[in-house]
Amino acid sequence: MRYLPLTSSDRAEMLSVIGAGSVDDLFVDVPESARLSGPIEGLPGHASELAVERHMTALARKNMVAGDVPFFLGCGAYRHHVPASVDHLIQRGEFLTAYTPYQPEIAQGTLQMLFEFQTQVARLLGTDVANASMYDGSTACWEAIGMARRITRKSKAILSSGLHPHYVSVAKTMAKYTGDTLETGAPVLTAETDIDQMIAAIDADTSCVVVQYPDILGRIADLTPLAEACHAKKALLIAVVTEPVALGAIRSPGEMDADIVVGEGQSLGVGLQFGGPYVGLMGCKDKYIRQMPGRFCGETVDADGKRGFVLTLSTREQHIRREKATSNICTNSGLCALAFSIHMTLLGEAGLRRMAGINHANACRAADRLAKVPGVKLVNDVFFNEFTLDLGHEARPIVRTLAERGVLAGVSLGRLYPGEDALANGLVVAVTETVTAEDIETLAQALEEVLA
Amino acid sequence: MTINQSGWKPTSPEAKDGEVSATFTGNRALMLEEKLIFEIGDAHTTGVDFAEGDVAGSRLGDLSRKAPIGLPGLSEPETVRHYTRLSRQNYAIDLGLFPLGSCTMKHNPRLNEKMARLPGFSDVHPLQPVDTVQGALEVIHQLAHWLVTLTGMASVAMSPKAGAHGELCGILAIKAALEKRGEGHRKVILVPESAHGTNPATAAFAGFSVENIPATDEGRVDTAALKARLGPDVAGVMITNPNTCGLFERDLKDISDAVHGVGGYVYCDGANFNAIVGRVRPGDLGVDAMHINLHKTFSTPHGGGGPGSGPVVFSDALTPFAPLPFVEKTGEGFRLVEEENADDHHADSFGRMVAFHGQMGMFTRALTYILSHGADGLRQVAEDAVLNANYVLRSLEDTLDAPFAKSGPCMHEAIFSDENLAEGFSTIDVAKALIDEGFHPMTMYFPLVVHGAMLIEPTETESKAALDQFIGALASVAERAKAGDPSLKTAPHFAPRARLDETLAARKPVLVWKDKAA
Repeated sequence: MRYLPLTSSDRAEMLSVIGAGSVDDLFVDVPESARLSGPIEGLPGHASELAVERHMTALARKNMVAGDVPFFLGCGAYRHHVPASVDHLIQRGEFLTAYTPYQPEIAQGTLQMLFEFQTQVARLLGTDVANASMYDGSTACWEAIGMARRITRKSKAILSSGLHPHYVSVAKTMAKYTGDTLETGAPVLTAETDIDQMIAAIDADTSCVVVQYPDILGRIADLTPLAEACHAKKALLIAVVTEPVALGAIRSPGEMDADIVVGEGQSLGVGLQFGGPYVGLMGCKDKYIRQMPGRFCGETVDADGKRGFVLTLSTREQHIRREKATSNICTNSGLCALAFSIHMTLLGEAGLRRMAGINHANACRAADRLAKVPGVKLVNDVFFNEFTLDLGHEARPIVRTLAERGVLAGVSLGRLYPGEDALANGLVVAVTETVTAEDIETLAQALEEVLA
Repeated sequence: MTINQSGWKPTSPEAKDGEVSATFTGNRALMLEEKLIFEIGDAHTTGVDFAEGDVAGSRLGDLSRKAPIGLPGLSEPETVRHYTRLSRQNYAIDLGLFPLGSCTMKHNPRLNEKMARLPGFSDVHPLQPVDTVQGALEVIHQLAHWLVTLTGMASVAMSPKAGAHGELCGILAIKAALEKRGEGHRKVILVPESAHGTNPATAAFAGFSVENIPATDEGRVDTAALKARLGPDVAGVMITNPNTCGLFERDLKDISDAVHGVGGYVYCDGANFNAIVGRVRPGDLGVDAMHINLHKTFSTPHGGGGPGSGPVVFSDALTPFAPLPFVEKTGEGFRLVEEENADDHHADSFGRMVAFHGQMGMFTRALTYILSHGADGLRQVAEDAVLNANYVLRSLEDTLDAPFAKSGPCMHEAIFSDENLAEGFSTIDVAKALIDEGFHPMTMYFPLVVHGAMLIEPTETESKAALDQFIGALASVAERAKAGDPSLKTAPHFAPRARLDETLAARKPVLVWKDKAA
């Protein structure tokens, strides 16, 4: 076994130091009835690196790879180009194989990176502070609702109909057990967002309003009036950003006075990975820090007066407060946060803005071209890099047909909202810098043929 | 130390007898000081070239960004150098033994990394039509099969994102099962003192009240106390096995039977499954739900704090309540069961915990690990993990106080206390001195039931030579702590930083960089 360094003579020598006759003697506390004597059912013996590589590669080949085909999927996960140096750096063993920085004197690499990440995220989201990452956007969104409950001592959350339906599902699951009341509904295939309806729905019992920006259909709207309406009723505005690249082109939620901003950081540095691992972003106003879940890295000094970093504010956490903890979250997405941070550092302000500009321009071109396909209507004319088409026919089978022809056309709203007939014709198309003019033309022509 | 940052003509440090002078840069040979990106980058620099051409066209409404974001950029060489320098200030398992008890830091096979990066896994969107992701679903299905087989359970939920997220999954399934039975009034979860802090936090988070159950002097759950507390208000127990004292809970089957007898469920914190994989199936001990930290047992890198992955295995009783989505084998291939097709026997599912399908990147690594080890290798993993821990325990029990040395063999981790150190010396001094010896310290002050706990988990990927060196270093430090060596109080002396002021960090939190000149 290539990963197990003990030799049989090592084992014998160690057993004699221990005073045990055999390794079985070390398992004496396991009741006889619970011991597994035979081999594991069906599992072959250890395999060579080559054999395992063949097996896994064969499985990988059964998938259609996004990079091999014209690709237009978004809805919470986006395909962007990740510079080669990002993956190179996160594979350095000192990052890849480090643990949670419990001993800060020998973990300054991870800690300084997290401090830089927190600052980058806070600036991007427009918040005063940010934490050292959450599992992903959907769980960060739920944690924000819990945070609003603790701050306002109210438990009715209004969820925008433009919030990702999976994020809504996660919140519904959790609310069943925490007693929060959630008001939500499916979106309508129109250009207008539901901001006015949400403003009308806020009352004295409302803990928070949760709005996605850009929303599930790709629509964007000024959040300032919503923030004002929330604050007038002592509720918090939570903004959810599933495509952080957008913030290179449009105003940040923090700038529009959102109290808590959460997001999915997968777009930068992480890659699609069939849904995980991703990295949840979370920022808030200064005054809410002590109600914020997750890890924080803080600046301090060492015994020699040198600047250094430590994990801090842990008195909110489960290992100190146990059942009174702010949240049960224990880990973060450290390595994905590192990838996000490196990508952001490589881009810088100029690069992120340029990248966002290219995304938007490509999306505008695609929207223009696709709207010319007979029978296709562009639902929203204001968007960043993702917009919704009304195909005039049920989109889901069309997406499958296009996939058979080697085009991954987008996400059908029928997949996201099964049973919502009014949405069945909707197709959400995401266009990033990885999409070429030929890709757009291929999609448009394939759509023309399929719809004809 | 003074660092002259303003020019090339520093005041030369004055030579003093026997004292090493400070350097101009603050660097010390290969130990390099590295400023923050906000101090070395600027808004105009970028390390990414994009295609030339205009980006005209604006359909951003009136929302286009006007204010600067405040993000510094670096060129690619500067970026590579910055992060490489930072990486050198980290201890990692690639550098040496990382004996953090309960955390399980073992070697990360690089094949796992290579497989996870195959475009067929890494460049696939979670919402692609299921016909185009059959390989990804097959990976999930194969891994699920092995997890169920290895634990002797009925089903597994793959989507929880981390161990603590898995705990929540298990507790939510218990809650859903109780409600289905019309017994939502059961509000009490019993949690032994030696449990992870996440256990009570999880139970409380899900609306239960938590009652602690004491540990015996032997370091195991006080079974009599637990049984005495059982009653019609008890929803279940959360128990860790092997437990956080490094011991096997001999009475788990007995406890499970008693809990089931009063209509409750048994949650097992499976964080320490690596000690028994291939030798014990938790299903045979009456467990109803257990999370498995894939990064611990099946070796996925922890990356300085995560990501983790915490699939949860379920008994027959809890299977109908497992979360969505999950993968099912059909005649033609694999299908994804989600909200829309969760019919019939999945109608009682408690819902969705996370946006997509869980940590695919971790699944690929874990499956690669399982296939590499095979049936014989996995069993050897548990045996060597336990052998190494017992070797550490017996080699040091005469030097350090070992509170449970007489409780029987330890499992995968050995525990010591600070009881026999000199007055004023504590576990933290031993830990910081170990840093100077070139080792990452053990887990400190956990579990709480042991005074000044030092929890050591060598794992199965350490050689005897590495263990002997570690044992020698720890014994030497322990002897110095017993003799009251004052230099221990200021250790570490050879790390990138001396002891950091954690109180200051908590009292005046500085969580983002602010330009002090501004």
